[in-house]
Amino acid sequence: MLTCKEFMQELTDYLDEAVDIELRRRIEVHITECPNCFVILDTTRKTIQVYKGMQPQVLPDEVQARLMKAVERKMAARKPGSSC
Amino acid sequence: MPAATETGIFDESGLVARAREGDLTAFNELVSRYSRKIYRLAKHITQNDEDAEDVLQETFLKAFEHLSDFQGQSKFYTWIVRIAVNESLMKLRKRKSDRTVPLDEPLDTGEDTVVREIAVWDENPEQQYSREELAKILDESVQSLKPAFRTVFVLRDIEELSTEETAETLGISVPAVKSRLLRARLQLREKLTRFFKRKGDDVFAYL
Repeated sequence: MLTCKEFMQELTDYLDEAVDIELRRRIEVHITECPNCFVILDTTRKTIQVYKGMQPQVLPDEVQARLMKAVERKMAARKPGSSC
Repeated sequence: MPAATETGIFDESGLVARAREGDLTAFNELVSRYSRKIYRLAKHITQNDEDAEDVLQETFLKAFEHLSDFQGQSKFYTWIVRIAVNESLMKLRKRKSDRTVPLDEPLDTGEDTVVREIAVWDENPEQQYSREELAKILDESVQSLKPAFRTVFVLRDIEELSTEETAETLGISVPAVKSRLLRARLQLREKLTRFFKRKGDDVFAYL
């Protein structure tokens, strides 16, 4: 019904739940019949999950301190939104 | 959860409104709230500590300067992400040694979606690695993507912007976002499979 190539083209929309019911059904039929595409789908989903679970970068204290100083300097120079 | 300010931690519109009226404490609170995320975004796109720090400062200084232009129709975070992405892309373009693919250039669609490695992953593959090791694997994998793919992936799957917001931020079409996101995800899947696949499935895994 759905070829592997067609499956690959729809993969991202499927994972983002952006496909219609009919296409979703065809994809789900395909992955029960094609073990390779099932593995690709499963590991792509896990790839996204592992990145979503990533902690925000640690912001080094000195970088944060320099940022706050730069912001303070700017604030001392003018009030917000009064530039133009 | 204790409120971080008197307006409460979830009431961002109030915080933004106060900052626009010139309340410096409110603006400082917005800076503290988002500085880590903006730094991470800038570092992912520029791949460079020094550029990321410049982007971080420029983003908040520009946000402060143009706060009156912020209409409040989008989220404050989406607004500053847009500033940070533009600043980051400018850094990338300025770096002469960087042979980047311009973001508006059509990309070769040939081999990007070729799947070379198909292997089942371990049950909880990330638990095999320490937090530091895992962060390094994830960071290095993202950094190996072409800038056009990397930027879309970072905005969609790390910063969790919508497809439409990503398209608008980068000035590209929705189909272009989808196509680059697919390629980015597939390339990352390949890279992570080398670390996360179930060892018993691969006869070469122990060689």
